[in-house]
Amino acid sequence: MTSKKIVLHFPHRLVDQPIVYKLVKEYDLQFNILKAYVTPQEEGLMVLELTGEDKNFKKSMEYLESCGVKIQPLSQDVIRNEAKCTDCGVCVPICPVGALVVEPLTRKVHFYENKCIACELCVKVCPTRAMEVHF
Amino acid sequence: MRTIKEINEKIKKGQAVVATAEEIIELVQKKGIKKASEEVDVVTTATFGPMCSSGAYFNIGHSKPRIKLGGGSCKFNGVPLYCGFAAVDVYLGVTALPDDDPQNKVFPGEFKYGGGHVIQELVAGKDIRLEATAYGTDCYPRKKLETFINIKDLNEAVLFNIRNCYQNYNVAVNLSDKIIYTYMGVLKPKLGNANYCSAGQLSPLLKDPYYKTIGIGTKIFLGGGIGYVAWQGTQHNPGVKRKDNGIPAMPAGTIAVIGDLKQMKSDWLMGTSMLGYGVTLTVGIGVPIPVLDEEVIKFAAAKDEEIYTQIVDYSSAYPAMVPGSLGEVNYAQLKSGKISIQGKDVPTGNLSSYSKARQIAEELKSWIKKGDFLLTEAVASLPGAESGYALRPLKERPLD
Repeated sequence: MTSKKIVLHFPHRLVDQPIVYKLVKEYDLQFNILKAYVTPQEEGLMVLELTGEDKNFKKSMEYLESCGVKIQPLSQDVIRNEAKCTDCGVCVPICPVGALVVEPLTRKVHFYENKCIACELCVKVCPTRAMEVHF
Repeated sequence: MRTIKEINEKIKKGQAVVATAEEIIELVQKKGIKKASEEVDVVTTATFGPMCSSGAYFNIGHSKPRIKLGGGSCKFNGVPLYCGFAAVDVYLGVTALPDDDPQNKVFPGEFKYGGGHVIQELVAGKDIRLEATAYGTDCYPRKKLETFINIKDLNEAVLFNIRNCYQNYNVAVNLSDKIIYTYMGVLKPKLGNANYCSAGQLSPLLKDPYYKTIGIGTKIFLGGGIGYVAWQGTQHNPGVKRKDNGIPAMPAGTIAVIGDLKQMKSDWLMGTSMLGYGVTLTVGIGVPIPVLDEEVIKFAAAKDEEIYTQIVDYSSAYPAMVPGSLGEVNYAQLKSGKISIQGKDVPTGNLSSYSKARQIAEELKSWIKKGDFLLTEAVASLPGAESGYALRPLKERPLD
């Protein structure tokens, strides 16, 4: 089994295509949409968690690429600018998935990138704007 | 037991024994108050949090021909300064916003840039755009000035914060059913989170609750450089309810601080944006406490478990100026990550960085140990708990 959080960029011509439907129907993948929107330039962006058999997962990625969908792993997208972060911890109770945690001894804030669902709630809440999103 | 003069003699010889406020807690637990006070000469305390009543004044030097900014206008990177002084003295407050900032017109406003950010950039050595206008006089004929400036070229650049270092602060929560945006951060509805803002057992005025050693003239770590306590801070309120250990259980004393901005560091003065609220400056302050007697150590060794504060509803009670508390918690509970309010477990967040405060306390300790930083005797005391000095609300009187 493979389970990954990925970011899909849909070019303009694919915005009206039922791509996720194909992932379920043809490749038997489970999906959980974490975020989806169409930007003013009419490019679609979707953050989702996909789970399925290894070989189906691999084939589904090939399918997506053949359609012209750009795939990015999610962990690359929300990053913490270490120079700006003061480790205050005001983001901690805001994060819905516990990706930001105060280490009890050091009192520094640890960012678990693998847990992050790129909801971006922390981005504007951060007083020094240390959390940055790069889609 | 010992005087500040004696401590300074030891500092000069590199023999002073210095402990941070965290280390003194451990030492007192291990060896007791008497032994610890015999061993340790100085305790270092610190805090690193947003402090809105901060700002800096500058003398930019006279242009040729001369201009009189007094009564005119002046902006640094688009952020307006206060010009009501003589020709080229100006004051920049950290909450000042550019005139074209959308503020809260699209709610919640982002407040990406303001006075606090300008101060951080100045300190970092970046060039700043100055734009000024004046009405022109016979002796100051110029009406317009546009130039880059740099902190190193200014005659004076002085950080002068009229209220910093709050002795204790509220825990902010939201009882309403919609999200609110406050200076205590974003508060989720129905007790979604509880935000606090103090370094607790490291925080300067909590470790000297009766201002026995911290007074006017006390030399401090300010923004990475050296500063002094200039006065009691605005809203100084020493007469509030205290616990049996003498520590105020709600916001109490404050200090006004001053220091040469040119020798400060941008790591310890950080421009700060509070969503839906505004801009400010996060300030790093470290205060040495000379161990004059056992009582000083007793207070300095107070632990998070022994320092209490009040939970306040920022959706209704705070904005309406209605006094009252939803309960009392201590800093050990706050630091555990959740507290119980009205039977509900509420996750906590701190606006004040404890790890940075710890770093400041360590840095000040190293300055003192190396002999670089001598202590000063206060020239006057801050108004104390029994002084009657108090924070009063505004009495509004109709104009007609």
